[in-house]
Amino acid sequence: MDSLCFSSFLSGSHSNFCVLRSSPASPVGSSRAFFYNRLNSKSFQKQIHFNHRCVGFYSLSCSATLSVTPEVEEKQAFDAEKANLLVKELRKSFNSGRTKSYEWRISQLESIAKMLEEKEKDITDALQKDLSKPAFEAFISEVSQVKSSCSEAIQELKHWMKPEKVKTSITTYPSSAEIVSEPLGVVLVISTWNFPFLLSMDPVIGAISAGNAVVLKPSEISPATSSLLANLLTEYLDNSAIRVVEGAVPETTALLEQKWDKILYTGSARVGRIVMSAAAKHLTPVILELGGKCPGVVDSNINLQVAARRIIGGKWACNAGQACISVDYIITKREFAPTLINALKVELEQCFGKNPMESKDMSRIVSPSHFGRLVKLLEEDKVSDKIVLGGQKDESKLKIAPTILLDVPDDSTVMQEEIFGPILPILTVDNLEESFDIIRSKPKPLAAYLFTNDEQLKKDYVQNISSGGMLINDTILHVATKGLPFGGVEESGMGSYHGKFSFDGFSHKKSVLYRSFDADSTIRYPPYTPQKEKLLKAVISGNIFQIILSLINGVV
Amino acid sequence: MEREVSGMRKYYESGKTKEASWRESQLKGLRSALMEKEEDILKALKQDLGKHHVEAFRDEVGILGRSIDVALKSLRRWMAGREAKLPKIAVLSRADIVPEPLGLVLIMSSWNFPFGLSLEPLIGAIAAGNAAVLKPSEMSPACSSLLATILASYLDNNAIKVFQGGPQLGQQLLCQKWDKIFFTGSAQVGRIVMSAAAQHLTPVTLELGGKCPAVVDSLSASWDTQVAAKRIVSAKYGSCAGQACIAIDYVIVERNFAPVLVESMKAWINKMFGENPKENNSVARVVNKQHFSRLKNLLDYPEAKNSLVFGGSMDEDSLFIEPTILVDPPLESEIMREEIFGPLLPIITVEKIEDSIQFIKSRPKPLAIYAFTNNKTLQRRMSSETSSGSIVFNDAIVQYVADTIPFGGVGGSGFGKYHGKFSFDTFSHEKAVMQRSFYTDFWFRHPPWTLNKFQLLQAAYNLDYFGMLLVLLGLKKTRRYSIWAAM
Repeated sequence: MDSLCFSSFLSGSHSNFCVLRSSPASPVGSSRAFFYNRLNSKSFQKQIHFNHRCVGFYSLSCSATLSVTPEVEEKQAFDAEKANLLVKELRKSFNSGRTKSYEWRISQLESIAKMLEEKEKDITDALQKDLSKPAFEAFISEVSQVKSSCSEAIQELKHWMKPEKVKTSITTYPSSAEIVSEPLGVVLVISTWNFPFLLSMDPVIGAISAGNAVVLKPSEISPATSSLLANLLTEYLDNSAIRVVEGAVPETTALLEQKWDKILYTGSARVGRIVMSAAAKHLTPVILELGGKCPGVVDSNINLQVAARRIIGGKWACNAGQACISVDYIITKREFAPTLINALKVELEQCFGKNPMESKDMSRIVSPSHFGRLVKLLEEDKVSDKIVLGGQKDESKLKIAPTILLDVPDDSTVMQEEIFGPILPILTVDNLEESFDIIRSKPKPLAAYLFTNDEQLKKDYVQNISSGGMLINDTILHVATKGLPFGGVEESGMGSYHGKFSFDGFSHKKSVLYRSFDADSTIRYPPYTPQKEKLLKAVISGNIFQIILSLINGVV
Repeated sequence: MEREVSGMRKYYESGKTKEASWRESQLKGLRSALMEKEEDILKALKQDLGKHHVEAFRDEVGILGRSIDVALKSLRRWMAGREAKLPKIAVLSRADIVPEPLGLVLIMSSWNFPFGLSLEPLIGAIAAGNAAVLKPSEMSPACSSLLATILASYLDNNAIKVFQGGPQLGQQLLCQKWDKIFFTGSAQVGRIVMSAAAQHLTPVTLELGGKCPAVVDSLSASWDTQVAAKRIVSAKYGSCAGQACIAIDYVIVERNFAPVLVESMKAWINKMFGENPKENNSVARVVNKQHFSRLKNLLDYPEAKNSLVFGGSMDEDSLFIEPTILVDPPLESEIMREEIFGPLLPIITVEKIEDSIQFIKSRPKPLAIYAFTNNKTLQRRMSSETSSGSIVFNDAIVQYVADTIPFGGVGGSGFGKYHGKFSFDTFSHEKAVMQRSFYTDFWFRHPPWTLNKFQLLQAAYNLDYFGMLLVLLGLKKTRRYSIWAAM
């Protein structure tokens, strides 16, 4: 079973790779080829001890690129100088004004839509390679999200771009005013590995909709998707204004030294601080999409089967818990915990079968280092005896079974750090209101979940818990919901995006005020007289009656 | 200080500041403070900056009163948030955007409008339900200490405090963890503020400045020229003597039209501020010696001096600088490279007024652009080809009063916006809240994955309800064999 899966995976990947390399329309420059090569050889090192078949694939890709760029590697390191040239080039394109036009924006968005249609399989294949993400999960959580985001942008763009007319008050009468959305300039999107396609393309769609030139830096930890993005964006989009830079820390550092007009970063709070500090040097506004320990409070009066499924959907079926909005831990009533655990057990079996380690419907852990980190969480003294379900791990496949921990102490690492994996601690309390204190004792999370039918509890939860987003009686869905902003608060980040919010995030809202030369009242100007003062007070407070009174009393 | 700050955080966490009634009571307190202490405020502004009391009322007290009224009137509506429309597939669901306070915020204001730039953000912070620390500028000491006394006696001191001090206090405050920092001042300090904020992942709003140009078209009607000149003179010298982030920094005009404009401006300067503005106290003074000598140096630059056409006299003792006009100082001189922030006005001449667009574009994005023109094409080009915090046609500075448009910079002039509802938003987090019921649970959302589920999901995501029906009835053809084959 396993070998069958992998051999087909291998052949699928291989053919995908050939398509990319041989595409004549794709002007893969030498620098791009270099990254391609370098990253692949790097990932080659990484993958070597976990999967022999992968080694086969990667060595194959290496030999394919090696012949093209053996000596380029030395010269073409992407350093600050290169980054500077890149930004200059894009700034030139931006300054030409081309990217501002509706036509340019829509043409780029339509190309993305076309790319999504034509390359769907390549995308799911890359995600399969990087994360063993099941094709369907990849489709649901990444491809289709990008599709809907792109089609919304295409549909709404005209509407979004339209200046917003606003009323003006008597203070500035007569005048008219509008708020114009204008692009910020050249923006940087740094994305991450857990949803490497979605978290790259969704912000890029926003940046393009708003008329910016954009550089995307995908994560080196998901190399297949990273290089796929580099190739696809080169092939489908206007490269004078939209670029992909692949790489790791040195490349990111080189990029961060440049002056950007906006940076959208998705990742950890630690790197978020670095990004924001770098941005401060150039006074660049940032959107930081971070994570946090997203709690799920579970009441006892609920439809247990549905709730259990939805928790699974937001934990294990969501990239094996490697998602910033994944349920991190659960709080429930002490006496209800066994019932909940049992329901989760039953539903988990429904989803992933009796032996979840063999299930193809759950992603693997992204890298050996993250695998090691998760294993450490489980092996901690205070934690290892709290495992009530799962706990199996397979280092060679980077798989960890859906694992539930009951009542781990709060000072354990698993309760102090964002878990980002298929481990779910369940904390028990006597009274659900106690959960508020537990949640509030931790940094504000990106999402907070609650399962209950108690209306008062819902109200209190919304009122008292601060988090980026909040979803009652389900998980994750709020992020895919049109019309809602997606973004964190405090440690879970700042700024928001998705749909119109992406457009706004990458736009500057310029106030435009039109006045005429007619009707110029003298009261604004010196020399100041007591009468002017009176009338001025009336005008500023906007009180028409007072204005008339002052006028009758003989000013001007 | 640290103890006080942590006390404030505790108080915030008690939830008191979130209550609508608390917010209203504080806004009302602030309004009574303004009304009852108006005279003291005008006096302090006179003392620190030599502002005429009518100017001080127009630019600070008056506007603040209006802002409070707007906030009080709109508070409940702002707090209610808004509902997001959901597609049909989300039956029995509801989505709202709920604004919630950020927590404990820091407002660092500036000396040029010590009341306006302190209290305008504070109104937003209070309206949004935050606890707030205000650090006014040590360079306007009378205003700072008055702010401290007034706020202490009119507002809830558990949640709103004023800390007075200089850069050292600023540094100490920046080491603390805040949930938002709202800073008004220079780009240089803005960078320090943002770097410090990064350590705590604190969002910031930076209200900086920049060289705000005023483009003056060759106006054909003499009435228009008169009005334009009057508005320019007032916006430059009549608002804290040009020490304003949205003051006109320089004027661009066609070469032929320059003399006309200059003559008209001279006449208006005399009319508005009198023959001897220093004596009759109609123009504010420079804030301190350091700024005075900075301005003096700008003018002492030899080639700048040669371009002087009006004014130029200075009195170091009273820190007074006369309204001054220069025509075509060299573009590489300090006065055309730095933000002037004083009553010196360079006039740059160009061949064609359209050249001004390129001139502005080649410089950092200013906080405001002013354009005096009746030419609609020029207006359109100016608005679409340049970038700035705001753009105003045929007037200057008035955008500060308009609470329906956002006030804030872009690029070098800062980021984030405030005034009116925008202040409330700046100090709020928009929480996305979605509620679902247990009744509709689509089985096709969960693994194990099958082709049937896949098709249903696709249809659902496309909001293709008919397609979903076809799949359910087994009538839909599949085109997605490839993914199945790969499994």
